[in-house]
Amino acid sequence: MSLLADLGAIQPIHFALIIPAVAAGILVLIPGYRLGSQINIVSSFLTLLNALAIFHTRPEPNYYLFVDDFNIYLVVLTDFISFTTSAFSASYLAHEKETGRLTRGYARFYHAMFQCMILSMNLALLSNSLGLMWVAVEAATMTTVIMVGIYRTEAAIRASWKYFMLTSLAISLALFGITLIYFTASVTIGSGPAALAWTVLRDNANLLDPAVLNVAFVFAFVGFGTKVGLVPCHAWLPDAHSEGPTPISAVLSGLLLNVGLYALLRFKMIIVGNGLALEPGPLMVGVGLVSLLFGSLMLYRRWDIKRLFSYSSIEHMGLITFAFGMGGPLANLAGLLHMVMHSLTKSAIFFVVGHVAQVKGTQDMAKIRGLTTSHPVIGWLLVVGVISICGLPPSGLFMSEFLLITTTFSREPILAVILVLGLLIALGNLIPRLHALAFGVPEGNLEPLKTAIWPLVLHLGLVLGAGLYLPEPLFAWFQHVAAMLG
Amino acid sequence: MLMTDPKLKLEICYLLSGSMAIVSFALLYQSRMAATINTFAVHALLLGLVVALQADIQAEHNLYLTAAIAVLFKAIAIPLALHFIIRKFDLHRTIEMVVSPGLTMTAGLGLVVVAVMVMRPVTVHSDALVTADLIFAMVVLLLGILMMITRRNAITQVVGFMSLENGLILAMAGVHGMPLVVEISVALTVLVACIVFGMFFFRIRERFSSLDIRHLESDGRVSQ
Repeated sequence: MSLLADLGAIQPIHFALIIPAVAAGILVLIPGYRLGSQINIVSSFLTLLNALAIFHTRPEPNYYLFVDDFNIYLVVLTDFISFTTSAFSASYLAHEKETGRLTRGYARFYHAMFQCMILSMNLALLSNSLGLMWVAVEAATMTTVIMVGIYRTEAAIRASWKYFMLTSLAISLALFGITLIYFTASVTIGSGPAALAWTVLRDNANLLDPAVLNVAFVFAFVGFGTKVGLVPCHAWLPDAHSEGPTPISAVLSGLLLNVGLYALLRFKMIIVGNGLALEPGPLMVGVGLVSLLFGSLMLYRRWDIKRLFSYSSIEHMGLITFAFGMGGPLANLAGLLHMVMHSLTKSAIFFVVGHVAQVKGTQDMAKIRGLTTSHPVIGWLLVVGVISICGLPPSGLFMSEFLLITTTFSREPILAVILVLGLLIALGNLIPRLHALAFGVPEGNLEPLKTAIWPLVLHLGLVLGAGLYLPEPLFAWFQHVAAMLG
Repeated sequence: MLMTDPKLKLEICYLLSGSMAIVSFALLYQSRMAATINTFAVHALLLGLVVALQADIQAEHNLYLTAAIAVLFKAIAIPLALHFIIRKFDLHRTIEMVVSPGLTMTAGLGLVVVAVMVMRPVTVHSDALVTADLIFAMVVLLLGILMMITRRNAITQVVGFMSLENGLILAMAGVHGMPLVVEISVALTVLVACIVFGMFFFRIRERFSSLDIRHLESDGRVSQ
């Protein structure tokens, strides 16, 4: 096929896809789950190292794959969190296996699917062709649908069915949007792979027909917006988070939502580059604010601990969409920082929540109390995580939210009031829950927990470290990407 | 190809893609499971013919592959698998609809108007074949969504989703020389195949669920 011929010689960028693909193949063949989880960790680590290598040696962009300052930062983030999640899922699966919730065959299946998921997310981020990106997003959806339903309880199957129906319907709409973009580009740029390559489309955006772009953007916005979990297309998100294995909740919130948003921003850059098409800003600001308010209000009286934090993800994705909708160097910078900080913090919280739910044998928050007394390490890490996700100093989320609020106040004071209101509601809903979970007389199972703590400490350490001190080169990097987004 | 008159090819292409929109309407009022699946097979067969004809008109040989995938999998393999599932699990019931067929058809007509009104202005500069193709594709897409919304049963929802996909492939085949069409249609087919397989699989589990529960209890853990 033409695709393989055009990819050219093997480069580090290809290893971002080859390593997970090979690992998935090996993991299918290996029956032992212990060896499987080790291979999973090693392969994820190699993928992370490879991402750092791509960071240093940029390949020449072709019509199918490319690297720029924006996607490489998400690739590194994705591969980093995949690596820590693979370590977490090793101890998580060991426990699930002991209790008999997952059989050996399913553990094997889980590991292979995990690598397929990394493969499809890397491909989605690195692809230059909109068509290839669509295939990758679809593959990522498919693998996560399967993972969400892996427990095969009735609730899990219902959740994964809902997830499949909503998101595959949505990305079908996105595909129609992509077809329309190709339709207008093929007239002016000429038919062939160039008319679907994002770099070519961005550079020639002013040649495209604005009327077609408007329709295409609406389709893409609904399509990828659903993957981001924006209200009113968020209905799949809480179910998928609460019924699947917890490492998958961490990856869904931390990474997959980002991939959806990344795709959306790529479309936004084409539309903005055209100049005559509709302004995507107000649409994103509006939907972002509604998601923020909705997510924070829905935090009230949630009793399932995973469901609680999935609504918090809707809230934060709304906040990030709002930031990119506002645009301009400062708001974009806040959005980019918030993407990283939210991913790190939310996946760390899901790691804690996974351990808690395993040791207590329930996700019902009414039955979980006094964690700091019964399990001091994960109890206090939960406190740090929830304080960070609320955006209290010194976490990195405080920095990005502060940046966003100040720039919004100077430009659109009324929107800033709504923004602050949403954040305060979330704070007011989360802190009492945290208090009940972490303090008081312990309830339930008091046995100590065998678990890998280092992924948690690493994530939260990075978030707190970034809040206190962000190195100058890194900050300059973020500023540069923010300027690129326009 | 026997037909050498290019005008005739265009006319047949219009006819076939228009028929797809009509079969989409037919899908909306089917009240029996088996009939729905058969109607869908016709839908996929028409898609295969349109795409093959487009391949001939545009001289794009990749599209023949897409047409073959549409016919082999969507018109033959998947309908057979779905028939097998409904026979195996005795699902010959009538289909539960959320709203009455009359109302659904009226809504469908409204969607046709929407599709024409959205797509006409954006395709004014392109040739008639592309315009017609994109309009029919959007009609099929919207009617597929409508079918998914108005059905409660999982199998009919999947059929709705597949008819929507047919609309997407119709659109991609119509715009000249879109790259990756084959890859995308393979991805869509894999997606559907996974779901059909998954339905079969989970149905089996439901049948023998007593075994599963005993298995859970023997481990001393309460099922969720």
